[in-house]
Amino acid sequence: MRRRKFKSGFIESMIKLSFPFTEDKIRALKVGDEVLISGVVFTGRDAVHKYLHDGGKLPPGVNLRDGILYHCGPVVMKQDDGSWKATAAGPTTSIREEPYQAQIIKDFGIRGVIGKGGMGDKTLAACRDYGCVYLHAVGGAAQVLADCIKKVRNVYFYEEFGAPEAIWEFEVEDFPAVVTIDAHGNSLHKEIFARSQAELAKRL
Amino acid sequence: MSELQNSLLELIRRTSAEIPDDVNQSILASLEQEKKGTIAESALKIIDQNIQLAKRKSQPICQDTGSILFFVDCPVGFDQITFEETAKEAVKLATKKGYLRQNSVDSLTGKNDGTNVGPGAPTFHFHQHRSPEVGVRLVLKGGGCENVGAQYSLPNEKLQANRDLDGCRKAILDAVLQAQGKGCGPGILGVCIGGDRATGYEMSKTQFLRLIPDRNPNPELDKLEQDILKTANELGIGPMGFGGKTTLLGVKICAANRLPASYFVSISYMCWAYRRQGVTLDAQEKIQKWLY
Repeated sequence: MRRRKFKSGFIESMIKLSFPFTEDKIRALKVGDEVLISGVVFTGRDAVHKYLHDGGKLPPGVNLRDGILYHCGPVVMKQDDGSWKATAAGPTTSIREEPYQAQIIKDFGIRGVIGKGGMGDKTLAACRDYGCVYLHAVGGAAQVLADCIKKVRNVYFYEEFGAPEAIWEFEVEDFPAVVTIDAHGNSLHKEIFARSQAELAKRL
Repeated sequence: MSELQNSLLELIRRTSAEIPDDVNQSILASLEQEKKGTIAESALKIIDQNIQLAKRKSQPICQDTGSILFFVDCPVGFDQITFEETAKEAVKLATKKGYLRQNSVDSLTGKNDGTNVGPGAPTFHFHQHRSPEVGVRLVLKGGGCENVGAQYSLPNEKLQANRDLDGCRKAILDAVLQAQGKGCGPGILGVCIGGDRATGYEMSKTQFLRLIPDRNPNPELDKLEQDILKTANELGIGPMGFGGKTTLLGVKICAANRLPASYFVSISYMCWAYRRQGVTLDAQEKIQKWLY
């Protein structure tokens, strides 16, 4: 049993998930696991998903193989020295990417998708078939999560898609998330929906 | 910068970075209630930390700084045109300063010009009253929770919901079930029974100006509010849809007259990052008093 201890509010016994995000590490995770992610993650949301799904090419410098894609449209401020700083960076609702996500997991070899609100059956199947997990971050927790972004390494498609929709390359440390879809066909979202639907039926 | 612009800029900053006290208290109470060692408790702990961090850093609680909704109470003769122009400048400045994300997109071209100002953005609701006081309230409502809002037209055969309060109850609880954690729960519901499709949603949002612990002066609506709050929290959806005891923090319901042919139930969902603030302005348009 993992024992829970608290250090600066986070649970020490959370599973550390660090780059490289190999298939073995990903397949070892199961629904309900709390993880702390460290390494490089790329953001991508509505515009990026549609673009990639329609056959668009990743810009040079962006490699998603064995990587993590973060559904996020951050607030990023340019600093006086020309560098960027993420000042608010929580997850956006993932279900909007459901029509595109499975294909993108397959085509680009993604091992983890960070977002919020969960995803549907197509993504669930792709996670199982290609070895990927869905990592649920706390929606709205823009400050706690921005604090885990140690460096903004680069930005791509800034002009084309605008700041929230661009691909941002972040270096994160101990970024907290919960596995809600694992690589074995389990979904916390399906489980909770079924249970809450049954509870509601008793109360109508 | 004019005093009014200065006051509105500070209103925007504080609304984006500081959660109102009633919401904070409600979140802390739900943290106490969740079972220790669960992911629901973890989520609420992160939420609590986030609230504190945003205030300390004076940065957005959530990166989705949302639809910008101004509710202005003003005396007869108040210059609404100047107010709107000044508020738009304050919004542009607040965006430059990072209190607001570049969050407004041209729906036809897909372009985001980075100003947060354009057709329908921000939104103004003016209300004249016979007092000399000017009150400005601001709600920032993110897209995640806006997307799980729902409007039902009763009767609804699938839900077996008739044109009565029990039918409204079924519709509202169905919206909670469908929303699951997607609207960043624990959430707060603003509901309007009746009205047309536009006024129904509009009035449902005015319910977010109420305080979480307040009670509805109409006993029937009060009963419905309490019932839905209790029932929703028995469903086990929990914070972020992770499972748990707190699915909703509050339910606020109003009613509007309807046409004989229509019976709408309009439900707006507010996320836990419930950003609402307000000020009254003095004769020089400086901030006189904070309303929440």
